[in-house]
Amino acid sequence: MAEPRTIARERPGRIGDSVLRPDGVEKVQGAYRFSSDLPVEGALWGATLRSPHPSARIVRLDVTPAWAIPGVETVITAADVPGLATYGLVQPDQPVFASDVVRYLGEPIAAVAADHPETCRRALEAIIVEYEVHEPLVDPERAIDGSHPPIHPGGNVIRHQRVLSGDPSVVGDIVVEGDYEIGMQDQAFLGLEAALAVPDPGAAGVELHVATQWLHEDQKQIAACLGLPASAVRLVLGGVGGAFGGREDLSLQVHICLLALRTGRPVRVHYGREESFLGHIHRHPARIWMRHHADRTGQILKIEARFVLDGGAYASTSHAVLTNAITHTQGPYRCENAVVDGWAVRTNNPPCGAMRGFGVVQACFAHESQMDKLAAACGLDPVAIRLRNAMRTGDRLITGQVVESVAPVERCIRETDALALPDEPIGGRFDDPMRLPGGAGLTADRSHIRRGIGWGVAVKNLMFSEGFDDYATARCELADGVATLKFATAEVGQGFITIAPQIARTLLGIDDVVVDRIDTGIGSAGSTSASRQTWMSGGAVDAACRKVRERLFEHVGGRWAVDPLRLVIEDDSVVDSLDPDRRITVSEATAGRRFAETVEFRHRPTQPLDENGQGDCHTAFAFVAHRAVVDVDPDLGLVKVVQIATAQDVGVALNPLSVIGQIEGGIAQGLGLAVMEEIVMRDGRMLNPSFTDYLLPTFLDMPPVLTTLVEEPDPQAPLGAKGVGEPPCISVTPAIVAAIRDAIGRDLHRVPVRPHDICL
Amino acid sequence: MAELYRLTVNGVDHDVADAWIGESLLFVLRERIGLLGTKGACEQGECGSCSVLLDGELVCSCLVLAAAQTGRSIVTIEGIAPEGSPTDVQQAFVEAGAVQCGFCTPGLIMATQRLLERIPAPTDTEIREELSGNICRCTGYGRLVSAVVDVARRRAEGDRG
Repeated sequence: MAEPRTIARERPGRIGDSVLRPDGVEKVQGAYRFSSDLPVEGALWGATLRSPHPSARIVRLDVTPAWAIPGVETVITAADVPGLATYGLVQPDQPVFASDVVRYLGEPIAAVAADHPETCRRALEAIIVEYEVHEPLVDPERAIDGSHPPIHPGGNVIRHQRVLSGDPSVVGDIVVEGDYEIGMQDQAFLGLEAALAVPDPGAAGVELHVATQWLHEDQKQIAACLGLPASAVRLVLGGVGGAFGGREDLSLQVHICLLALRTGRPVRVHYGREESFLGHIHRHPARIWMRHHADRTGQILKIEARFVLDGGAYASTSHAVLTNAITHTQGPYRCENAVVDGWAVRTNNPPCGAMRGFGVVQACFAHESQMDKLAAACGLDPVAIRLRNAMRTGDRLITGQVVESVAPVERCIRETDALALPDEPIGGRFDDPMRLPGGAGLTADRSHIRRGIGWGVAVKNLMFSEGFDDYATARCELADGVATLKFATAEVGQGFITIAPQIARTLLGIDDVVVDRIDTGIGSAGSTSASRQTWMSGGAVDAACRKVRERLFEHVGGRWAVDPLRLVIEDDSVVDSLDPDRRITVSEATAGRRFAETVEFRHRPTQPLDENGQGDCHTAFAFVAHRAVVDVDPDLGLVKVVQIATAQDVGVALNPLSVIGQIEGGIAQGLGLAVMEEIVMRDGRMLNPSFTDYLLPTFLDMPPVLTTLVEEPDPQAPLGAKGVGEPPCISVTPAIVAAIRDAIGRDLHRVPVRPHDICL
Repeated sequence: MAELYRLTVNGVDHDVADAWIGESLLFVLRERIGLLGTKGACEQGECGSCSVLLDGELVCSCLVLAAAQTGRSIVTIEGIAPEGSPTDVQQAFVEAGAVQCGFCTPGLIMATQRLLERIPAPTDTEIREELSGNICRCTGYGRLVSAVVDVARRRAEGDRG
């Protein structure tokens, strides 16, 4: 089990040290400023009017009563959007404000700016909207079969994509199949959507302080809607209270900028929790049918599958989520033959898009449930069936792509298996009822509790796919022994601002590294998503620092009249490798001098899938194994997760403490999806948009996590390091469900597993 | 608008003028008094982000009516280390890796300070039960438990020393 290495306190750390967060002290003192913590003298409050219906025609919209309320400074609707009326990450299909029809409950219709949040609330109440209410389209199958008229000019199918591989006629001696269902999960970041917009004099432009995952994509979409050049819309990263995919799409951005430009005054907008549930995209609910063919030894011969992802009312990133889902059908296992049919469709449910795991979470629940069925049919145990089929570097995927990444699947499984099972007896060592399923409810009869063990293994693509021009920009400036790093990489809590200085210190032999303000004052870093920033922005910082180091070596080489290629960094000095007594500290060498380099780092190009789902669509892959131990109360259908063991392929742990934090945090979100987290929809209405009714794992729900970091540096990765954010939350969900099945001997085919799935 | 009322926050009296009487303590602390360390994340007392001490008891300030708290002692995250250097709890959170996005952190610091006052040597179950009113979405709680254990151990060692 990998415990975080000793924290280097004596000196600021290098790559591989568990360096502490540079913003940690501010955060524990409450001094760190989130995007909700930016009061400005004279700022107005903004608020948004939203549709109370999932599908309706707006018959009448009258905002004049809102204008009449004292304290109201402006009221805006679709008529006030000066540029593009719609926006979207992949295709601009989502109106800034609905004008003729509303397509989901919570769709924005108007916004107000006023002197107080309470004035805003009254102004929104005063706006008159009359609707002709329609029957919502909520069944994705009806979007596919064409039995419901199009709810959007773009039609009801966002994307249909097949993957056909090898020989479709292959039939195995062993055939197992199942229908699986994944509920709608929410990112539930703690820091609600919040921003401050400050208009330029004369409304020539605007500065937006906002919590987002991708400053430049926001800038591009906002500018288009405002009808302004991108240079007139300057974004500054406000402190971000978590993201997990939920801030990749726009929410309040265009609205707040319009309010500020219209009033000529700074405007703040803070969503409440209910508005946050309505105002950002969610994880796609999915229905997946999967059939595995295998020989009698358990070797997979063919997989057939059908995926249906409910994209909700607008496209968001459904296009890419579907790619991920269908191209991960096989999981981390070899398979030559496949027939996969995938649909991402439009309904009057809330729009769905990015959430940690991005399509792979859904696929993994299905393929891992299938692996256990296959194991049972072949007379193998869950570990043996997975080892029998484990993918290796050089294997060809069902897309035809060859896995070039380091692929330590077998090692992840074996290392996980080697972690000790809990020595706690069922219900806990101390006869403590808190340790039983149901906890403080004291409802469990100890003699009825059953324990189970389950497995899950996953593969996750890293970075953006299908031909996207994916890059990150970083600048390094070295002067007087101090490096200043500049990038637009959204720090959302994951810790890029911790590892970026580690990279600079390691390469440049210095201690003092300053991270400049994160804003659009430099080129794009791409999105903080897809487990990509360690590789991409890390790669950009690495490359910029290396270029600066070359300049430094040229300078020192010139002074010493030696070939700069002879020079190396040792500790804090530039050293002549052929004459090691000749050395100068980097501080001295850079005194009064300044070396600056800006780099755009790209990963290798990828290809779109062709009509048969073939193509080198992904960049790289990471792997992980999870083993779950659960106690189940079959009387009340309650689950207590007792332990999670995991081994994760991380390439190189640049900061082991941060990696452990990502792993444990991801596991908590996967546990949530397994046993409690679901946005419950009925007829297009969200039944639980609050933290009272949408259940999140607490301290009491999380078990101990045993972790082994599998460190096999990936030669394709700039620092040998793979992204670590997503894999933890992917296969832990099926592992927990498998453990529940093991405990109660009943098939379970949907997540989250609800009490009545267990006991009725 | 209400009449002026007076709140005692971190030992200092603040006159709250021209406020709407319906404002929560959370709103008044942040927007009227300018103490932005206390965070709001659910408005229902479910997540603990807005935890403050009211006459020594841990409360969710989003559920407390500000104007009704005259004459009581209110302590916020800004008031627990008056000299400006972090408390042992704050330091342990940083060193244990218990902070990621940090939005839940001030509330958790308040809850942990109170927990260790009441139970100086809590068991694992006691830590988890006592802090279960504070939701963290980033860490999975492992490093948070580790931080609390570290503080309790160091305090015990200090007492013995």
